[in-house]
Amino acid sequence: MTTSRLPIYLLAAAALVALTVLAFSLGRYPVSAGELARLALAKLAGVPAGLPPNVESVVLEIRGPRILAALLVGASLAAAGTAYQGMFHNPLVSPDILGVSTGAALGAVLAIFLSLNVFMIQALAFAGGLGAVALVYSIGSRLRGHDPLLSLVLTGVVIGTLIGAGIALMKYLADPYDQLPAITFWLLGSLASVAPKDLEVAAPLALLGLAPMLLLRWRVNLLALPDDEARALGVDTRRLRMVVVAAATLVTAASVAISGIIGWIGLLVPHAARLIVGPDFGRLLPLAMLIGAAFLLVVDTLCRTIAPIEVPPGVLTALIGTPFFLWLFAVSRRSW
Amino acid sequence: MLEIEGLSFGFPAHMVGRDLSFSLAAGEVMCVLGPNGGGKTTLFRTLLGLLPARGGSVRLEGRRLEQLARAEIARRIGYVPQAHAGYFAFTVRQMVLMGRTAHLGSFAAPGRRDHRVAEEVLDSLGISHLTNKVFTEISGGERQLTLIARALAQEPALLVMDEPTASLDFGNQVRVLDRIRALAGRGIAVLFASHDPDHAFLCAQRALLLAEGRMLETGPPSEVIRPDTLERMYHVSVRVMPAGEGLHTCLPVLTRR
Repeated sequence: MTTSRLPIYLLAAAALVALTVLAFSLGRYPVSAGELARLALAKLAGVPAGLPPNVESVVLEIRGPRILAALLVGASLAAAGTAYQGMFHNPLVSPDILGVSTGAALGAVLAIFLSLNVFMIQALAFAGGLGAVALVYSIGSRLRGHDPLLSLVLTGVVIGTLIGAGIALMKYLADPYDQLPAITFWLLGSLASVAPKDLEVAAPLALLGLAPMLLLRWRVNLLALPDDEARALGVDTRRLRMVVVAAATLVTAASVAISGIIGWIGLLVPHAARLIVGPDFGRLLPLAMLIGAAFLLVVDTLCRTIAPIEVPPGVLTALIGTPFFLWLFAVSRRSW
Repeated sequence: MLEIEGLSFGFPAHMVGRDLSFSLAAGEVMCVLGPNGGGKTTLFRTLLGLLPARGGSVRLEGRRLEQLARAEIARRIGYVPQAHAGYFAFTVRQMVLMGRTAHLGSFAAPGRRDHRVAEEVLDSLGISHLTNKVFTEISGGERQLTLIARALAQEPALLVMDEPTASLDFGNQVRVLDRIRALAGRGIAVLFASHDPDHAFLCAQRALLLAEGRMLETGPPSEVIRPDTLERMYHVSVRVMPAGEGLHTCLPVLTRR
């Protein structure tokens, strides 16, 4: 048990690198590993690679942003899910179940409806996500006399439905030729249309949210204890919880704003990582991020290669997620 | 080291106890006895600063409790809650290391010194073999000892234990009481709640009898634990009998049919 866990992280990182290379080469226009290596070396050296121009444009302009977005969104959603699960003493919560994703979606849809710019989409997504999780948590924790896990999850589902009604209203009111396709496409979740400009806005915000999580990694563990115990151990739980919720919501909103809603990652990946390294947040977070990035990269690569048309990634994550979740329900006995 | 004067405690809409005064010195063990709902847990939460006092004062090493930050309290008072299983699957080592949090900066993780303290504490309680076991998978008695280890890792001057023997089998109850006495021998003050008056006889210098939020009596167990005080607290008849070597034991009298 006390043996170093370093090999696990190295293995995960190596797998991620290999998958990234694979993702660059796969697609309607295959690019060989040799061509990729030549391009990478040429870019590093700052000299022309001497490859056909369409190879360069496929790799740098089409696949590049999309792969970077998959890595960023996968790692972000996994990190947010890890934080929410530890914080709410509850392994079944995730950005989807707590209403963060739908709240962020409502904010973003509103921004699209009002024809606002990318930055405002991010800001409203963040506000919507934060509002939703605050609402779910304050109602869920006030429903005393019920199983707290059940009340939190059910409150999340109910509030999520309410927010869904708000989104439906936006869709109904939206301009059917201009805004509606954008909203629909975006609610379905997709990385197909990620532009470098989206990444420039989302990546700093995601990093801004990840930083406090990494810095507070030890203290976050204590939020998994009953509140009285954590406070008696010297932690100002109210303040810490607020900081971590805000950080995780910022990370979720940043990814929702560029990829739309992609479910299941925030729920599945932290579990998979916890099965491997246990619940210690400092160990869990980096592994969950590596696995999350790899998972969404694989899913997105499948989305653009398995069929002649694009498959929405949410469909694939749901296909994998549903059996995993049911299996989890079947085997869990309050020991996570 | 702990001085309580005219303390009222409870909730804004519901006062649980009032006018409580007592003090506790280093190395002293005090057992709090009282019926369910008598205010023991609320009193402990107030002493730990988890609930604000509703009147009177709590002083810790001469300083008023409300002037101390959470981490300052945590470096002085270790809290041992009743063990339950509703945790993530942390290892015993990780649980005990959590006791070091008040000694760490906000952004720090436990370092070499903290690991050493954790190992020493586990060793002193004789549970080193549990170090790498998973907290949710060990027995109730082992869990209770782990929580005591976590409180000791805080390096406190006072240990507050809420029914540390609840839900333990007889052997584990005795083991926990043994540890309480050993800790007092190291100069730590211990305040613990129990449902068994015999525990006060066995390892406490003083007993505090609490009923309906008021202090019935406080003093050496052999003086304050009497058939009349027990009957006033629990509304049952009890015989208190000498058990040799200056000890006493309580035996309830069942209603005749």
